[in-house]
Amino acid sequence: MLNKEGIAKRIAQELKDGWYVNLGIGIPTLIANYVPDGLNVVFQSENGILGMGPFPFEGEEDADLINAGKQTITAMPGAAIFDSATSFAMIRGQHIQLTVLGAMEVADNGDIANWKIPGKMVKGMGGAMDLVASADNIIVAMMHTNRAGKSKLLSKCTLPLTGVNCVKKIVTNLAVLDVTPDGFKLIERAPGVSVEEIQNATAGRLIVEGDIPEMVV
Amino acid sequence: MNKVVGSVELAIEGIQNGMTLMLGGFGLCGIPENSISALVKSGVTGLTCISNNAGVDDFGLGLLLQKKQIKKMISSYVGENDEFERQMLSGELEVDLIPQGSLAARCQAGGAGVPAFFTPAGYGTEVAEGKEVRIFNGKPHILEAALTADFAIVKAWKGDRFGNLIFKGTARNFNPLMAMAGKITIAEVEELVEPGELDPNFIHTPGVFVQRIFEGKNYEKRIEQRTVRTKTN
Repeated sequence: MLNKEGIAKRIAQELKDGWYVNLGIGIPTLIANYVPDGLNVVFQSENGILGMGPFPFEGEEDADLINAGKQTITAMPGAAIFDSATSFAMIRGQHIQLTVLGAMEVADNGDIANWKIPGKMVKGMGGAMDLVASADNIIVAMMHTNRAGKSKLLSKCTLPLTGVNCVKKIVTNLAVLDVTPDGFKLIERAPGVSVEEIQNATAGRLIVEGDIPEMVV
Repeated sequence: MNKVVGSVELAIEGIQNGMTLMLGGFGLCGIPENSISALVKSGVTGLTCISNNAGVDDFGLGLLLQKKQIKKMISSYVGENDEFERQMLSGELEVDLIPQGSLAARCQAGGAGVPAFFTPAGYGTEVAEGKEVRIFNGKPHILEAALTADFAIVKAWKGDRFGNLIFKGTARNFNPLMAMAGKITIAEVEELVEPGELDPNFIHTPGVFVQRIFEGKNYEKRIEQRTVRTKTN
């Protein structure tokens, strides 16, 4: 089974040289720590920067330089800063090659819910709806089950949707799955996790074909 | 031409109960601190505020929320403010949550004379309820209307008497877009300079969009999430 860092490490293997990548808040943010050596990847933060760098050294924080999670950051050499309309033009116009975000629920048709629990929690969608509606390549990074032990991979989302038919791949603490027209297709198992465990933790349609390899992280 | 006003009180003159305001900033980054303080003091109420976030409990727009001066918020993300969540869940505060990219584009459209546009963001979700849907290039899009405001209040790094503005870092965010969409746009700047001192090649907001400008004081520039790394050697 993977921890959050493990999920981030596995997703980092999907990165390709020259890609512009938007990372959401939470597990996705950790991916920046595991970019394979030799790959040049430019991170976008939707509040308005391309070329987001690591956190600043203590004492060098700048209130005027933050990411979409409101965390202080640095700018890499060659970074660019722009307004929010330009930022979402990059997203809507499909100039960003990969979007990774977290989710509360994903359905086996690619629907995603991650912004609202009616009557309980309303934080807002931020940029998530724009990202999932436009990005070609969307990976969801999340735990396979919620804190109550219930599956987050469903046949239909129960929470208000963030986007429809948009998620292409999911990496959880248990597995890597592709979203296909026939449901979740199991691609890899996390180290030490059996197909049966994944089946038990998946409420939506799960396709298991042949031997499922264990992932290398 | 001289758009400089002598004080923040003069800058916000004419903002009345029930008006619609746009306020620049993302989180607490690039917010018009001086104008927000003056609005709190003025006691103006029943405001509709268009702003990406709603501040935190004791800073930014949170200060106006605490005094119940805001009737309605139009935002994309409000997760940092407990008082906001309380007022919204109890029904005291009207809230229109809209996708961040659509919010930015709706402000820009309002300033640019584009009454509405189609976007894929929010299709199939509750954001799309009651909105026209059309298929372009095989993909469904929803019709989003432009936003304008009685007053737009923005914060810039440097500005001149003509209202030309330059922003610093990610404090730019929504500020240039909202500057375009105010019937009256107020710019508060950290440094007010003479025309000619700012390189015209690097102006972010041309002065035509700004009606009033003043140099702000005592910027706190609070950091919401201070994240650092330590030097290893």
